[in-house]
Amino acid sequence: MDWLLLLLVSLMLGCAIAVFLLDNFLAALAAYSVVSLVLSLLFAFLRAPDVAMTEVVVGAALGSLFFALTIRRLGLGQTGDES
Amino acid sequence: MIIPDSNTLLLIAALGLILIGIGGMVLSLHLLRIIFGLALLESGANLLLILATYSDRSVAPIIVGGKIPAHMADPIPQALVLTAIVIGVAVLALALSLALRIQRAYGTLDVRELRARLDQDIAAEAGINLPHSQDAPRSPAVVNAPGGAS
Amino acid sequence: MRRLSSLLFLAGLVTLIIAIFQPLPVGTATPAVGTAINHAAPEQVGAANLVTAVVLAYRGFDTLLELTILFTAAMAAGWVLDKPRNEARPDPDAGFILLAASDLLFPLLLILGLYVILHGHLTPGGGFQGGVVLALAFFLPLLARPGRRIDHQLFSLVEGLAGAAFIGIGLAAMLNGQAFLAPLFGTGELGALFSAGSLPLLYIAVGLKVGSELAGLLAHLAETEAVG
Repeated sequence: MDWLLLLLVSLMLGCAIAVFLLDNFLAALAAYSVVSLVLSLLFAFLRAPDVAMTEVVVGAALGSLFFALTIRRLGLGQTGDES
Repeated sequence: MIIPDSNTLLLIAALGLILIGIGGMVLSLHLLRIIFGLALLESGANLLLILATYSDRSVAPIIVGGKIPAHMADPIPQALVLTAIVIGVAVLALALSLALRIQRAYGTLDVRELRARLDQDIAAEAGINLPHSQDAPRSPAVVNAPGGAS
Repeated sequence: MRRLSSLLFLAGLVTLIIAIFQPLPVGTATPAVGTAINHAAPEQVGAANLVTAVVLAYRGFDTLLELTILFTAAMAAGWVLDKPRNEARPDPDAGFILLAASDLLFPLLLILGLYVILHGHLTPGGGFQGGVVLALAFFLPLLARPGRRIDHQLFSLVEGLAGAAFIGIGLAAMLNGQAFLAPLFGTGELGALFSAGSLPLLYIAVGLKVGSELAGLLAHLAETEAVG
């Protein structure tokens, strides 16, 4: 169980740092979604199922949706394939 | 390699998220990344709140099947964090709307440029001169003010 | 120079935060008020989900303030965003996968949202989670067919009525002689669907308010003019 927890925490902190280091904004959004998802798993492990459900619905779904809509409206949503 | 025990690991996770959020907000140059940092900071603070009353031998505070367990987790911080997560996403929505407006008004989301343009606009409204080089273009309000630019 | 001062600030902040939070008793905490509420809530409130009992019965006023904050943020965001011009060419319909998925998922998300709201006092869930699922259910067709504008007046009407219903149930407790937002109608049997008095009604009002508010906000964000 400790190995799993170590893996999850390092994944979460790595993706949190990657939000600021990635150039493409859609990739930063994907990293932020991973942070939110792992955070909801941690909430479920910490005996808080209500909070885990709220975090996965509000953080991973709604928060990422807000960011994605804003990135599209700002015109920053290039995936890097177009020249 | 020595693995820290799970309680220390969770505390490192919460404090790490908070510090990465604040660090990103302070060191970023793009407004959208500052908003990402704000969201990470709020997530880290919520995790820290739940960790404050976490006990290894407790179970979730839900009564299933009529039997009431002896040791249940504390429901008060869970209720507070529920509220805090929803408020966090509301603040996020407002911040992103303001970022869209700033992009429309100033054409850029770079923090340094925004700071310079805001300084110019405020000085133009107040009618004072900014202490920068004479070759930089002044806005018409400053040039035509009675105190006057040179 | 700015980078150097920022790094110094971060170093100081790291030291301060570690010094403050290091003695936190993670894993061995013994909360006093929480244990008292866990012992008293099943007889007093009758909800099987003790977090619901805290959110609506013991700290109901905090939930009312949270609804106020949500309302203020959604209203301010709706004001700040530009309205789409009438003659602007709308975005084309999305691809086949999104069209088919949104048509199939809409009833499923409605059922899931209403289930989570109605069973908030029995299982993990409640008004906020179910309300957000309802908002996503109403936003998905707009994402698939951006040309079809939605009726913002209807969403504002539902939101206003649901918020008024929440406050109305709270005032009904005052007319009964108790405090504002005290639970009514007795406790019922622990674990049944019709238990915990007026708590399911309060959560239904919260769920509808949050759902329509966030759906309207998402629609504003999706319909606003493209910038840059």
